Amino acid sequence: MFVFFKKIFKNFLLLELIKGLMVTWKHFIGRKITILYPEEEIPKSDRFRGLHALMRYENGEERCIGCKLCEIICPAKAITIETDQRNDGSRRTIKYEIDLFKCIYCGYCEEACPVDSIVQTNIYDYCFYDRNSCVITKDKLLAIGDQYREDINKMKQNDSIYK
Amino acid sequence: MILNFFLGVFYTLIKIIVIVVPLMLSVAYLTYAERKVIAFMHDRIGPNRVGNYGLLQPIADAIKLLFKELIIPTKSNKYLYMIAPVVVIGPSLTAWAVIPFNEDFMISNLNIGLLFLLSMTSLSVYGIIIAGWATNSKYALLGALRSAAQTISYEIAMGFCFVGVLMLSRSMSLKEIVLAQSGGILHWFWLPLFPLFVIYWISAVAETNRAPFDVVEGESEIVAGFHVEYSGIRFALFFLAEYSNMILVSVLCVIMFFGGWMSPISNSNFIGQFLHNYLPPIFWLLFKSSFFIFSFLWFRATFPRYRYDQIMRLGWKIFIPITLVWIIIIAFFVKFFQI
Repeated sequence: MFVFFKKIFKNFLLLELIKGLMVTWKHFIGRKITILYPEEEIPKSDRFRGLHALMRYENGEERCIGCKLCEIICPAKAITIETDQRNDGSRRTIKYEIDLFKCIYCGYCEEACPVDSIVQTNIYDYCFYDRNSCVITKDKLLAIGDQYREDINKMKQNDSIYK
Repeated sequence: MILNFFLGVFYTLIKIIVIVVPLMLSVAYLTYAERKVIAFMHDRIGPNRVGNYGLLQPIADAIKLLFKELIIPTKSNKYLYMIAPVVVIGPSLTAWAVIPFNEDFMISNLNIGLLFLLSMTSLSVYGIIIAGWATNSKYALLGALRSAAQTISYEIAMGFCFVGVLMLSRSMSLKEIVLAQSGGILHWFWLPLFPLFVIYWISAVAETNRAPFDVVEGESEIVAGFHVEYSGIRFALFFLAEYSNMILVSVLCVIMFFGGWMSPISNSNFIGQFLHNYLPPIFWLLFKSSFFIFSFLWFRATFPRYRYDQIMRLGWKIFIPITLVWIIIIAFFVKFFQI
């Protein structure tokens, strides 16, 4: 009987409701955790595996020697490479394509590469306007490497001490 | 004679414009405030792209709604379908006619103001029923039926709260009710009528079909209830009516229980005199009612939706008995102690 009246008394004081309201009030005046995306970004790891890039040596010569190790190790078979002899006698790729829809961003290509040519940048916000452009060609990969050269170098440098 | 008549009409028209235009603006910005407040309670930021701090968002929304296509379902009853939004918004604007903003400014000082308000707030449910029925869709019909049942059951509890107020003030005119509460915060009716105030406020939330009593709209169950098939400006009219009703019941709550335009400190002492001289009475009305409007949004961010049978149980088995008991107690005190 006493418990019954106690329960009724508690219900009539609306204590539970006030408790709930206090919780939302605390959040109302509390810190907001929204990140305004295009202006702000969350910090990214140096090991972030995003969009791919092909790198060059300091003198502008492309690093890729067409060994096809990345093509072989790629678990999703996203990389297609064709090679040929260049005028100076060295072996170079004439076709280096990555299908970004197939790619699972595992980073094996980067690990397999003996000359540190193919790398993964920390770019994650890219898009295509038609389905065909999901395959990025050698020119585009090299262009990405040229454009973000400093960033990529810094990123790899930071991470190298842990390897 | 005729000139006087037309002058009177003209004067009333101006008063209507002076009330309705700010009302519409505040409704627009209430939608903004709702999104902001709920976002803040979710630890988010809310709309902030259109204008500084998203302040132009309601205007963008209004323009979007104005330019949207007006869809009429093939199997609906066209005339009722089109008339329903008007029936909803009409009474919710008409009810503002009797609200006193200060001692002199009101469109009409009706001596049965409280009854008028009760009837106007219940009239808008007809619009909802018509909308749900004329749409000829099962979700709309379900929403309309729920709305009818809910509004009718909570109207009774609300009416009893009005009875308590009018027993203490001995008048139905809203102006008289406010004047009966003159004095400081302790003379306002919330103190003697505290249970009635709480019940009035919960019923008001239920009357306006707001969360946690929003089974009428019930997004997760019946999509949007009675206005599923409405689009464009007709949908906006339903929205406008809902929000202007929210403001109306908040203002009404302030008028009945929190001394309307009165300042909380009676002007017998120095501070009261100071406030009385430097703050217009309408400031207090808006200030006090904005707290209640805020609590609408606060409730929506806090409480989960009531189950339908729980709503009915709360209305019929808890609120009506409590209000009746408290009315009897108040009647006893009024009769024998002359408070």
